[in-house]
Amino acid sequence: MKKILVVTGLMLIAACGTSVYAQKYMTRTGKISFDASTPTSPEKIDGKNNEVACLLDTKTGDVVFQLQVKGFKFEKQLMEEHFNEKYMESDRFPKSTFNAKITNLSEINFGKDGTYNATVAGKMNMHGQDKEITATGTITVAGNKIKISAKFKAKLDDFKIVVPNLVADKVAKEALVTVDAELNQK
Amino acid sequence: MIGLCLAVTLFSAIKSSAQDLMAELNNDLPKQKNYAFATFKSTRLIDGATVECLGQGVLDFRISHRFGDVSQGLSDFYGMDNALTRLSLDYGVNKWLMVGIAHNVFDKEDNGDIKIKLLRQQIGGGSPVTVSYFGSISVQTTPAPTLPDSTYKWLFSNRLYFANQILIGRKFSKTFSFQLMPTLVHYNLVDSSKFSNNTFALGAGFRWMFTRSSAVTAEYYYRLNNTNMLVQGQPTYNVFSIGYEVETGGHVFQVMLTNAQGLTERTFIGQTTQSWSKQQLHLGFNISRVFTIVKPKGYVAPAKDGDDKKW
Repeated sequence: MKKILVVTGLMLIAACGTSVYAQKYMTRTGKISFDASTPTSPEKIDGKNNEVACLLDTKTGDVVFQLQVKGFKFEKQLMEEHFNEKYMESDRFPKSTFNAKITNLSEINFGKDGTYNATVAGKMNMHGQDKEITATGTITVAGNKIKISAKFKAKLDDFKIVVPNLVADKVAKEALVTVDAELNQK
Repeated sequence: MIGLCLAVTLFSAIKSSAQDLMAELNNDLPKQKNYAFATFKSTRLIDGATVECLGQGVLDFRISHRFGDVSQGLSDFYGMDNALTRLSLDYGVNKWLMVGIAHNVFDKEDNGDIKIKLLRQQIGGGSPVTVSYFGSISVQTTPAPTLPDSTYKWLFSNRLYFANQILIGRKFSKTFSFQLMPTLVHYNLVDSSKFSNNTFALGAGFRWMFTRSSAVTAEYYYRLNNTNMLVQGQPTYNVFSIGYEVETGGHVFQVMLTNAQGLTERTFIGQTTQSWSKQQLHLGFNISRVFTIVKPKGYVAPAKDGDDKKW
């Protein structure tokens, strides 16, 4: 009986311990936008998604992003339809994910307010294709909020996103992706 | 026992790799609904309406043209000399409501249309079909006929027609969509008391994309009653149309071959006086051009920082 009590106690301590030290931050309203315009584009080709989910574990430096492709908003509804129908095939591939790790975790002090340069590397899944991506950006710690900002380029070819020849010079080969997410302690 | 406990503690500490973090994120997110979109490319398949509504704040200007009867031969330049036109403006009030007005050359008929999206097809559970209601009121504005004597009155209501449709569409694959259109057309005035004022019809249509931006379409309306209806002494037939549809940026261009020359529901569904069996066919085209009037919510115009020359 005593033994069982001890075990239970230890387990409780263990459970408490992990929940105290597992510092996780999350948001469901992160913002990711892309711009695939070229100087010869007749109109700006850009979309914004304001419903990006992101979860960060400050202890391990793991960070994951997830979004619904159909959540991208465009200035023109027709562009949104083309984006989903012809380019992203979002009926088949409804989600995009980024499974990454902060590579310079030791340089970031999550316990202290400030802005830190950060590099993340990991696997991005888009249009059903996986691709290793490295991005640099900043992590801003402010109280129990963490802000992640990054910019990187994604090559359409890497994700097998086909641009027809007719508009090949009007759609950029690489899309400039901007990430902005404010995470709250979970 | 304590060993086991320690193992559990250790395990839970090591556990949180990126994969698990993604699983944790998935658990925290509400289940996302994946709605089918672009079941049809346009708000009209050939003559009749599709389940599609315009996007919020989008204005659609359509020019529909039906040439005369091809069987007239060279004397009428295979129908090219005799065309009927419909000009329409449709507007997407919100995601599920669309309103429109139109003018038709035939009988100088004016239309007021409404389309309401009632259900959306969902991928992976939910509704298997998209359902819309389409309603149309039309008034013909030709001069009143000469009446036998002053005891007869030509009422305004004689000029009115009403069409109601339930549109049930499904996108079966990326390239194939199909829809059924149960229809009721009400005529306030018919040519004889032998005919009913209500024509019930069941329509069916499909769209099959054979390239990235072009498709073959077809549409048929089968009348369930009133098949003996005469229009100015001429028999009426069910309408069947085949079309080719191509999309180029903001335009949708549709070319078709059909036995109906009229462009309102009351004419092409219930009062088509020409038939495929007599090769009385009409070439025609629809041009749709969309304009974004109100920008969608959630889209914030990019900051004007010199690169707005790209516009």
